[in-house]
Amino acid sequence: MCHAGARFIALRITDRKADNSRLPSADPRAGPGTAGHRAITLRRCKTIPLYALLVRYGFRKHATYVWATVAGAFTNSVFGILRAYILIALWQARPGLAGYDVTQAVTFCFITQACIGPMQLFGTGLTIPERIRSGDIALDLVRPASLQLWSLAEDLGRAAYLFFARGIPPMLLGAALFGIAHPAEPGQWLAFLAGFLAGVIVSFAWRYLVALSVCWLIDDRGVGAFSLVLTTLFSGMLLPLSLFPGILGDLARALPWAAMVQAPTDLYLGKAPVLETLAFQGCWAAVLLAAGALGTRAIRHKVVIQGG
Amino acid sequence: MIELDRAGRSFKVKRSLKLEGNLVHAVRDLSFTVAPGEFVGYLGPNGAGKSTTIKMLCGILTPTSGRVRVAGLDPSRKRTTLARRIGVVFGQRTTLWWDLPLRDSFELIRHLYKVDRNVFKTRLDELTETLDLGGFIRTPVRQLSLGQRMRGDLAAALLHAPDVLVLDEPTIGLDVVSKSSIRAFLRRLNTEQGTTVLLTTHDLGDIERLCRRVMLIDHGRLAFDGTLDELMATAPEQSTIEDVVTRLYTGSR
Amino acid sequence: MVSAYFRLAWTWTRAAMAYPASFALMSVLGLIVAGTDVAVILIIFANTTSLAGFSRAETLFLYGTANVAFCLCDMFVSNIDRISQHVKAGTFDTMLIRPVSTWIQMAADRFLPTRIGRVLQAALVLGYSISALDLDSGRLWMIPVMITTGAVIFAALWTLAGAVQFVLTDASEVTNAFTYGSGQLTQYPFAIYGRELVRGVTYGLPLAFVNWQPALYVLDRDDPFGTPGFMRFLGPVAALVLALLAGFAWRLGIRHYRSTGS
Repeated sequence: MCHAGARFIALRITDRKADNSRLPSADPRAGPGTAGHRAITLRRCKTIPLYALLVRYGFRKHATYVWATVAGAFTNSVFGILRAYILIALWQARPGLAGYDVTQAVTFCFITQACIGPMQLFGTGLTIPERIRSGDIALDLVRPASLQLWSLAEDLGRAAYLFFARGIPPMLLGAALFGIAHPAEPGQWLAFLAGFLAGVIVSFAWRYLVALSVCWLIDDRGVGAFSLVLTTLFSGMLLPLSLFPGILGDLARALPWAAMVQAPTDLYLGKAPVLETLAFQGCWAAVLLAAGALGTRAIRHKVVIQGG
Repeated sequence: MIELDRAGRSFKVKRSLKLEGNLVHAVRDLSFTVAPGEFVGYLGPNGAGKSTTIKMLCGILTPTSGRVRVAGLDPSRKRTTLARRIGVVFGQRTTLWWDLPLRDSFELIRHLYKVDRNVFKTRLDELTETLDLGGFIRTPVRQLSLGQRMRGDLAAALLHAPDVLVLDEPTIGLDVVSKSSIRAFLRRLNTEQGTTVLLTTHDLGDIERLCRRVMLIDHGRLAFDGTLDELMATAPEQSTIEDVVTRLYTGSR
Repeated sequence: MVSAYFRLAWTWTRAAMAYPASFALMSVLGLIVAGTDVAVILIIFANTTSLAGFSRAETLFLYGTANVAFCLCDMFVSNIDRISQHVKAGTFDTMLIRPVSTWIQMAADRFLPTRIGRVLQAALVLGYSISALDLDSGRLWMIPVMITTGAVIFAALWTLAGAVQFVLTDASEVTNAFTYGSGQLTQYPFAIYGRELVRGVTYGLPLAFVNWQPALYVLDRDDPFGTPGFMRFLGPVAALVLALLAGFAWRLGIRHYRSTGS
């Protein structure tokens, strides 16, 4: 089943990018240009290369929207600057608040802006709700490949692209205008990247659940708005969670949204124990992905078996 | 009613990073006159400049050269005044409000065009009957079939009793029944109310059944202008209208 | 003109009211979404008593005045934001065949009455801050003036943003930085911003007149940047100039559209 699915998808991808996409070959004899190259490659395409392809596909797809990306990076930068001033004023009033100095607080602010694109903090960033409404989801569900993993792979591709295109520019601008902190040693960089990746996965897992909810609701805008409030407030995007007072703070730091922005940022600043933080993110990723898998099964039942 | 005098429309097409773009003439030196009460078919292969002409007539595009007058008005300068005297239907795109029931779209149009309530009521009743809208007038536009939507669009374009009706491929994608009901309606509109109609189409059946006069545009220029009989006379006897038009399309290249 | 706007808006309202439960839910959610900004201010003041010399009530006053104006525009004008979508989809053509100004049609496009929740939220915050502050009653007249001024400035900004989108159809998000960015900027006392930025939004883009300058008068405070005192009353003039500029830009945008086609 896995095999056939891989083949189907690989075919679709070659259709779209017939001229410039070379499929990873599992067979050393099937060099590019040999007659049987394409057929052999397709047959030997394994599950892992398939999802790797989808990641690349997601990356490429979004790399075509150059101007939209530039515009997004610009907007993120402007908001980064405005928010940085707020945090600077706060840290001038309370130096050393929450264990950060002013530079670290400013750094925090620009990292949160860098997270917006890759983690799609303002919306689901998925086409699933549209496809559920139009009924096209049935086509996705009859494919012998997991809808969830498929979407995740594409999402990771986009996140990778947006990390470079919409994440790095605000950081550089922040560094130029205010000066920002950076990890002292390679290990800390590595921890940040791992945490960032985990954050993207948790954010995807959450957005996937929100997207699936359309199937059971007449009006999905409610869930969307609800998710927006929870995500912007409890991810640390608006303010570091360590500023939240009392029990609200404890709660916010334990919720899945903390795994999105707060956790990778703390890893970047070296303010959190690496293994514990990654474990925290991993737990939420596992829980939410599992819930998403159950949701996919339920939706498959609803759409494919009951016929919508 | 419609008057074009050496009207032209060119677009700058930017090629890669070169600063000076290429000038593409969608329409050039186009001159024709349509008298009140005429029913004119406007033909041409894809990309010949039909839509550009139509857009100039209703003030969506400003001509780059020459003169355009519709009902005595310059469309690009007197857009809103002209809008009250012209009705426009795009076959490929609705002018109705997608999420609103047809009835609400009509009511809105009544207000936007400042149509008197009583006049509106009689007119809507009339259109509802002739276009057979009764069955779906309370349905949101997005749920209508293409044929229903087109009838709704026609009604919307006529609620303010325009002097001129401009139709851009109104029968595109319609089934045989819808097509013939729309044709019958258009003919009645033209003969009974004297509305001037300009119709672009790829369906030569529309032309044969409706248009006394045919204009053919190619590469932005007028390639033929005359009656349907004159058009048929340009080809050997017993040619069908398809043969004649095919000859003209390919011959002018 | 105005009647056409309200007719369009009313039609969309009726369409939204067809689903009362959804209508109520969206109004409440609008209130909550807008509430996150207040939550941020409250959390900040849970950690400090003053931000760049301004108290919690003063900051909420600035937030309230700016946001009543901003949310009114968000409700009545911000639909202009969708212009690049209409241009790309070719649906802008259908607006040009109607005998009504394109600006009116765009501003009323898919009018969302549920955004009233946000206006209410801002008004509540403003009401609270006025009751918490001991304001000189002789200066209260400025509050309606500044809200009107602010609304005109934001409406002009959205119009400018719309006009720009005729040219930058692929990069329409850039304009968010100016519209929503201005909304964000005016929520806080300008004392927190850098001198250069404040100079830019006083003499360049006149955001200081949305609430900062007139609020200094209402709150009877000195300007930390030493701007001359008469500037506090120049808001309406600045708003008018910006509105004229925006109207001009809008015309240019439409002309650009009509000379390029879709």
